[in-house]
Amino acid sequence: MAIINHKMLPAKAPPKNLVGPSAWVKNNLFDGPINSLLTLAAIYILYLLVPGTLDWTLFSATWSGGAEACRINNEAACWPFIAVRWEQFMYGYYDQALRWRIDFALMLLFVGILILAVEEDTRQSAKWKPWVMGLLIGLIALFASLMIKHGAGLITTLILSTVTAGVLLAFWNQQIRLKIGIFMLVIYPLIAFVLLKGGFGLKETSTNSWGGFTLTLVIALTGIVASLPLGVLLALGRRSEMKIIKTFSVIFIEFWRGVPLITVLFMASVMFPLFTPPDVEIDQLLRALVGVALFSSAYMAEVIRGGLAAIPKGQYEGAMSLGLPFWKMMRLIILPQALKIVIPGIVNTFIGLFKDTTLVLIIGLLDLLNTVQAATTDPTWSISSVPYTGYAFVGLVFWVFCYGMAIYSRYIEEKLHTGHKR
Amino acid sequence: MSIVNNTTANMQKAGLASGFDFLESTAGFSIIQALVPYSESSTYGQAFMVSLVNTLLVAVIGCLLATILGFLVGIGRLSKNWIVQKVATLYVELFRNVPLLLQIFFWYHAVLKPLPGPRTLHEAGDKVFLSLNNRGLVMPEPIPQDNWGIIVFLFFAGIIASIFIARWAKNRQKTTGQQFPVFLTTLGLVFGLPLLIFLLLGSPMELKPAEMSRFNLKGGVTIIPEFVALVLALSIYTASFIAEIVRAGIQAVNHGQTEAANALGIKNSTTLRLVVIPQALRVIIPPLTSQYLNLTKNSSLAAAIAYPDLVAVFAGTVLNQTGQAVEVMAITMGVYLTISLLTSLFMNWYNSRIQLQER
Repeated sequence: MAIINHKMLPAKAPPKNLVGPSAWVKNNLFDGPINSLLTLAAIYILYLLVPGTLDWTLFSATWSGGAEACRINNEAACWPFIAVRWEQFMYGYYDQALRWRIDFALMLLFVGILILAVEEDTRQSAKWKPWVMGLLIGLIALFASLMIKHGAGLITTLILSTVTAGVLLAFWNQQIRLKIGIFMLVIYPLIAFVLLKGGFGLKETSTNSWGGFTLTLVIALTGIVASLPLGVLLALGRRSEMKIIKTFSVIFIEFWRGVPLITVLFMASVMFPLFTPPDVEIDQLLRALVGVALFSSAYMAEVIRGGLAAIPKGQYEGAMSLGLPFWKMMRLIILPQALKIVIPGIVNTFIGLFKDTTLVLIIGLLDLLNTVQAATTDPTWSISSVPYTGYAFVGLVFWVFCYGMAIYSRYIEEKLHTGHKR
Repeated sequence: MSIVNNTTANMQKAGLASGFDFLESTAGFSIIQALVPYSESSTYGQAFMVSLVNTLLVAVIGCLLATILGFLVGIGRLSKNWIVQKVATLYVELFRNVPLLLQIFFWYHAVLKPLPGPRTLHEAGDKVFLSLNNRGLVMPEPIPQDNWGIIVFLFFAGIIASIFIARWAKNRQKTTGQQFPVFLTTLGLVFGLPLLIFLLLGSPMELKPAEMSRFNLKGGVTIIPEFVALVLALSIYTASFIAEIVRAGIQAVNHGQTEAANALGIKNSTTLRLVVIPQALRVIIPPLTSQYLNLTKNSSLAAAIAYPDLVAVFAGTVLNQTGQAVEVMAITMGVYLTISLLTSLFMNWYNSRIQLQER
């Protein structure tokens, strides 16, 4: 007699030791003798490092109370040191009454970067407006409040903020990212220079007073803004068929890539005065900026050269068969594609440049790391935990910015890959 | 042309003679780590040699350590073991995104300088074999005795013999299919035989320990903390980049290769050794050489912690003392350029040799 089932029996749950947390632990952590050993070793290393670091940084740290509280509790981080000297770390020795100019320049910078960074949804361009608008208003409000704190009059702040917001709204359409891009690359450097240095009715400042995180941003941004066009020219020159231009480009690129940035900075600060007429005094910061710009343009040239090589020959041939002259071909057809491909490489170069700004310590410029280091020699703060706190703070700032840029680069890579799916 | 005119006018005004004669003048300063004979009365040219050797020492040891660590972390990132993978990822993301200068300062000011001094650690008159204090790492001084040369000769002969044996074994396997235990033979020839002869000849190497005098350890070999900090920071920083390169290289090998090897019944370790890694090396080696170059150039950061490398001694002290900016910078940059160009040449040669021969 056959036993016939007319209904499918419901599937039973798998055995306990194949699914669930214990199975995951067994498969991923204790897979075999070597893996088990590695897991135990890793856990031991983490046990040695993590609790101590967390305790020193967060749990036992002094959060308030000034130098006296830190002196009592000198076995853990001293965060009042950062809080009290925050203004100096951010603005260096810039004239206190004029710091609102830096705030305004930063406002324009962050607003521009936000618009450029947020990818628009081209099918439904209205979709990303509300939260982006909200973020923009928030940023403008934040920097406006900083400006007022630093001595800009209420009227000045209101005028500048509303002009910024108004210009953005007036030009808000599909082409805004292109317009903002051109603005940030060409016009913003001039505005920022006038704001920081003075002129056109604003009081002049000496570049010796620029320091802290402001100086880091100035050097890094000058490097990137200068190196992009120079890098494009050099990359095109290296691929050129004209012997002289090609030789010059190759020599330039290989020279600047082959020497360390420190020697470039030494050379810029020591040899520059020799090249100029005796009574012309070249600004110390300007020397460093020229060195950094030339150095990074060589690296950028190699990155862009990779992009140019990745464009199929058919693009060049198609453009030429249409009768496009060389520069029109580059501007309209080749460079948009090439630059899009190497955005990850460009962001990588920028991350490296951002970290390399710490090297200006060697020629005596006070960037963030140097300012913090100089501050640790203050007798008020001569506590054993203060230098470590300073280093931890600088490390954290750089880590946040560099990791953020790395995440953004990965986001762009993902976005661009959709274009290559066939 | 006006640049040249300006330069010569400025240099004449400052009383600087151009030309390289300054290399023969007496230096007048001491260098804390000199691997070639050097004293205050040596010339600037000898100071240049000393600092160049220091730079090369940092570069070679740094590259070695960075490669080993980088490969370990890179393979760890691909591990099936969850915690090993997460620790490796943490390592890479932490050390890649913090500036190298800050890492050097951390190791030097935060780890090595706060160590206790020799007086706190040892009593006067003690014989000390190993000491890690704030003046450096003190080890016994090796004094070779009479038959030491034989051991060294056997070591190098063993290396050369192993190369020939490996080649012969490969040919034999191609023709007859028989395998030969090359790895064990190499181990025996290069390490085992010299060790055996070393013991038989009565250990012809004396290790003379340092002795604690009233204030400091005398004798022995000291590795200065600047060197340790620089090498540690450079290796750990560059290893994080190498780990990513290794990971990209291994992932670039088509998974079909591993699957085919497994289908043939080859063990995982043998697959890795014979199928995956040779193909992965093709992708790994060019950016790896690039990282070696970066490490060599980054060693110039020694100037920040006063380690006597090329930039710190030559482009620092010598330039300040002689004022011959143009010549000194030209020589310094020339050295780094030569190293870079040699490495580029090697990379181009290697690339052309392993190019995929496509029809």
